[in-house]
Amino acid sequence: MEKMSRVTTALGNSAISGRTMFCHLDAPANAISVCRDATQVVVAGRNIFKIYALEEEQFVEKLNLRVGRKPSLNFSCADVMWHQMEENLLATAATNGAVVTWNLGKPSRNKQDQLFTEHKRTVNKVCFHPTEVYMLLSGSQDGFMKCFDLRKKESVSTFSGQSESVRDVQFSMKDYFTFAASFENGNVQLWDIRRPDRYERMFTAHTGPVFCCDWHPDDRGWLATGGRDKMVKVWDMTTNRAKEIYCVQTIASVARVKWRPERKFHLATCSMMVDHNIYVWDVRRPFIPFATFEEHKDVTTGIVWRHQHDPHFLLSGSKDSTLYQHMFKDATRPVDKANPEGLCFGLFGDLAFAAKESLISSDANRKPYPGGDRRYPIFFFKKPDPTEQFAHVSSALSVFETDLDSNRMDWFVKTAQLYLLCGKPFAELCDHNAKVAQELKRPQVSKTWTMLRIMFSDPANLTTPGLNHNLSKLGTMPLMNSFNMKEMSSGMGTESRLERSKGESRQDNIHLEPGNSHASNNNEENEETEGSEGQAEYMFCDAELDDDDLYSMENDNQAEEPEYTLPQEAFQLRHEIIDNPSAPEHLQQDKADSPHVSGNEAEVTCLTPIESFSLISISQPLFSPHLPASFFCPIVREMLTYYAEQGDVQMAVSVLIVLGDRIRKEIDDLTQEHWYMSYIDLLQRFELWNVSNEVIKLSTCSAITCLNQASTTLHINCSNCKRPMSNKGWICDRCHQCASVCAVCHHVVKGLFVWCQGCSHGGHLEHIMNWLKSSAHCPAGCGHLCEYT
Amino acid sequence: MIICTNKMEYPLRTQCQRVHKQVMVNGEKERVSLLFMKALVSRGSVDAVSQQMASHPQYLESFLRTQHYILHMDGPLPLPYRHYIAIMAAARHHCNYLVYLHSAQFLRVGGDPLWLQGLEAAPPRLRLLDHINKVLAHQPWLTACSHIQTLLKSGEQCWSLAELVQAVVILAHCHSLCSFVFGCDTDSDFVPLSKSPNGTPPSFCPFDAANGNTNVPQLLATPSEHITRRRSLDSSCDMVCLKERIQKSQEEREKREERLLQTQTLQQTDMEEEEEMIFFTDPTRFITDPDLCYQEFARREEDHFQVFRVQDYSWEDHGFSLVNRLYSDIGHLLDDRFRSVTTLPSMHSPDLKRAIWNYIHCVLGIRYDDYDYGEVNQLLAQDLKLYIKAVACFPDATKTPVCPLSLAPLKTSERIHVNLLIMEARLQAELLYALRAITQYMIA
Repeated sequence: MEKMSRVTTALGNSAISGRTMFCHLDAPANAISVCRDATQVVVAGRNIFKIYALEEEQFVEKLNLRVGRKPSLNFSCADVMWHQMEENLLATAATNGAVVTWNLGKPSRNKQDQLFTEHKRTVNKVCFHPTEVYMLLSGSQDGFMKCFDLRKKESVSTFSGQSESVRDVQFSMKDYFTFAASFENGNVQLWDIRRPDRYERMFTAHTGPVFCCDWHPDDRGWLATGGRDKMVKVWDMTTNRAKEIYCVQTIASVARVKWRPERKFHLATCSMMVDHNIYVWDVRRPFIPFATFEEHKDVTTGIVWRHQHDPHFLLSGSKDSTLYQHMFKDATRPVDKANPEGLCFGLFGDLAFAAKESLISSDANRKPYPGGDRRYPIFFFKKPDPTEQFAHVSSALSVFETDLDSNRMDWFVKTAQLYLLCGKPFAELCDHNAKVAQELKRPQVSKTWTMLRIMFSDPANLTTPGLNHNLSKLGTMPLMNSFNMKEMSSGMGTESRLERSKGESRQDNIHLEPGNSHASNNNEENEETEGSEGQAEYMFCDAELDDDDLYSMENDNQAEEPEYTLPQEAFQLRHEIIDNPSAPEHLQQDKADSPHVSGNEAEVTCLTPIESFSLISISQPLFSPHLPASFFCPIVREMLTYYAEQGDVQMAVSVLIVLGDRIRKEIDDLTQEHWYMSYIDLLQRFELWNVSNEVIKLSTCSAITCLNQASTTLHINCSNCKRPMSNKGWICDRCHQCASVCAVCHHVVKGLFVWCQGCSHGGHLEHIMNWLKSSAHCPAGCGHLCEYT
Repeated sequence: MIICTNKMEYPLRTQCQRVHKQVMVNGEKERVSLLFMKALVSRGSVDAVSQQMASHPQYLESFLRTQHYILHMDGPLPLPYRHYIAIMAAARHHCNYLVYLHSAQFLRVGGDPLWLQGLEAAPPRLRLLDHINKVLAHQPWLTACSHIQTLLKSGEQCWSLAELVQAVVILAHCHSLCSFVFGCDTDSDFVPLSKSPNGTPPSFCPFDAANGNTNVPQLLATPSEHITRRRSLDSSCDMVCLKERIQKSQEEREKREERLLQTQTLQQTDMEEEEEMIFFTDPTRFITDPDLCYQEFARREEDHFQVFRVQDYSWEDHGFSLVNRLYSDIGHLLDDRFRSVTTLPSMHSPDLKRAIWNYIHCVLGIRYDDYDYGEVNQLLAQDLKLYIKAVACFPDATKTPVCPLSLAPLKTSERIHVNLLIMEARLQAELLYALRAITQYMIA
């Protein structure tokens, strides 16, 4: 470092050295500027106008230019600039619209030299010509730029930007006649100082005000601009059209931008609001600042590199009334704290992982990723200083491929589509799902469903349709008749235990049997609580209820439970959109409850006729003692957790939904929510939107049900002119017609719109359905014979 | 076979066309009619304020967009909160019109009718907002970092920064809208019970529902309810929905109250009903300290209230960035409003506009370094100054502003333009004070 600064400062007149230091000002600073030989700095603000000498260890106040008992607004500076040719010459831009020059060589206390009051509004910026002593440029809120010859009393030329307030003006470093101006409306203009009538070139650089611009000190074509849209852009002005070559996104509006001397790609920025730090960016690495200075407690208002050939000293003034000299070596380097590891999944399940080579160097036969060791380009210095570069991290990239066949998820998709989660009595749901699982060759899941049915159904109700198909179709099912209730329940416990030990391996009934016998030996204490043995047989004996009876019973149910009599539509025609998440919960509780209720009813109706229909009955119970469903809850909970941990969250959620209130209270809400979220996520990845929606609807977690109410915006196009409709209202902006009018009721259709593909007329689904029941012709009267299927 | 649908005469279309014709004076106003149609279709009503602004379609568009955004679109605050805050703000200036309007919308979005009994019935979080509401409405220069701190202080009732910013925007918006309503005398036209002739303005009838008229729900309970609801275009339906909703929540509340106060005598219940009638009419229920009002800023200067220098904290440089960061997109919408109000085509010279703008900021304690305040006296006649000050600082529905002589010969649209300027200047002033306080809080 020491060596470096000596090398570079040799370019200047005197050697520069120093350390990070600061001094308190009396008032907030608005701008700072440094004199050519880098020994003094001027600080200007509303209530301050002082010159400080930069000494080795500290700032020393040299001169207070703010004199007089009650200084006028001419002293209230928005900007200040020290002439880079003439040591005694300063210019300030006053908030009241005056442009003032100051001559430090004056013997009197008041150093004010010239006063130009030509601007009507606040002057935002003053700028001396870099090589011409008497030429001063100003840019003001009133939209004008003025060029002053300091030997004359008034401006020599006025440039009208024709586009709102001027925020910054900068003479080009290389082109003698050119200056750039940035405007509040986002434009940047290039002017020739000799031609005040119109600009040479104009382009829109930012959305919103462009607060600042800066020419590159070495490259004639580069202009950096910073705006309220939180961007710093670097423009190449040598081409015909200004071309954006770099863009840095910062976190707050950019108030100042200054190229770093001797470093082609570095620039410093500070912000006007919220963010108090100063950042130095390498424009080629726009995502992370190269260096950060975090000393200020309020917004930084002025930054300036101390010497035009020394990149190591940065001066800054702030609203927190301090003036800082920052040493570059003391800056924080955000890149050191950045995480150089990356992880990403590919489309087909491949996993790519990039990490520092040092971390995975143990792997000997690994080759560094080609392109990882690009050389850092060197431009202005011969010996690259390691502190002047981004930390060089070479990463190794490993890609882990996955075998496509090994994790086919067909079963998942089929299961999701075929499972029934609601709309039928509990037992039927279980049986249906068991059948689905069986057909997909997942006997273990299938058994689980069957057992759930047995455990949670009331014995009498078990009966009905479930066994019909069990007996008729499945060869495995009758086997169960030989089990008694005791075995079933204890088998349940062991099965899940067994499964755990065997992992994903297939499990058949053959495995189950030794397990069962083993378990029943262990679980002898269960026997007492389980009561009579006859129960199991009793459960199956109702299977042969004859058809008439079955129907009559179902009819009873239907009368009582209108929910099942309603023909189930594929989707509800119009469901109420409810903001309050508590409402749907209530609704669903009803639904979950209802199968239970019907079960009770069934029990009452079919207890009497049992006897005559039992074919396989071995012993008829005189009373019907049965275990309360809650007895199984801990086992089921364990089972659900097991499935979820195995990765079969589908099973966990499906069971959760089907069991509903029976199990819900046993599992804590967070776990439930987690399961639901995972399952919904999976479903959506498989594009099973309907299923996922059903799951969301059936879930009882408020966090899940509210998913249905998020992002419900629908973008539509006008049916007349095919243009997109704005989000307000139902009238097209362009053709002033109401879009999508129902052909039956002649009102705007705000929900489901169904239309005939033949004549393109349509309307509310319900209306069209009703209409086409009674008439074959299109309701619009076009004469088309529409068909609704 | 396809028949072009737009050739068919549907009732809806004719209705739109009617509205279309009503407001369409000439081709230039087409824009307004479209805006109105949109408002009519989406809200079921075009409020009187929009009708007044119709003479400046360009401004109206950005005004409606902002209002729609802050009251109905994405934002940290729940919808009922937003309308309740609007009620609180409007109540500060006794603006019956806005209080009614937002009470209706408050109920429509599912707000608890109990809150409308007064500020004491509102949740404590909203009550905390009362202080900043008071200060911003009358003496915005008193807004201090400490107020923000109290609101954001962690605890059960604390506000988040984003919520607070939205609340402040709503407050400032409604305060300044009160000025406009007062300046245009909209409030006195407003009679809550009557429907305006064209059937569009506030479709809200507080008294029926407040009385708990039991005939209404029976009528609504018929199966035809579903069908009427679907036809949500005509305002009567909104009305039906609203009534129904009020009724529903009313019933719920009554049940709750019954449980709580079973011993209550019949007489007391009568009194309560009486009270409910009042709560829709009396905005003072939503405010505390009703005597607080604007005081001369100049006189306060010796009390060490620093003038607010725009050069140190301006909307363009500071306010915008902050508000946009904490409540995304609102900065652009507000920017659009400020911009369009100054660029409106008008007979007034830019100097006059600037004089009006700066004068309002001046009476609220905001100074421009680069403005010669002598110009105000040159350009604005004494009575115009009085008028501006009355509208900006004392918008009180109980009084009628005296229209200054200098404005009398002007067209209505020019008068409205002055009112728009007053409204926007006031809005910006309040926002600047509030946002500066928030900035100070963030730095501290």
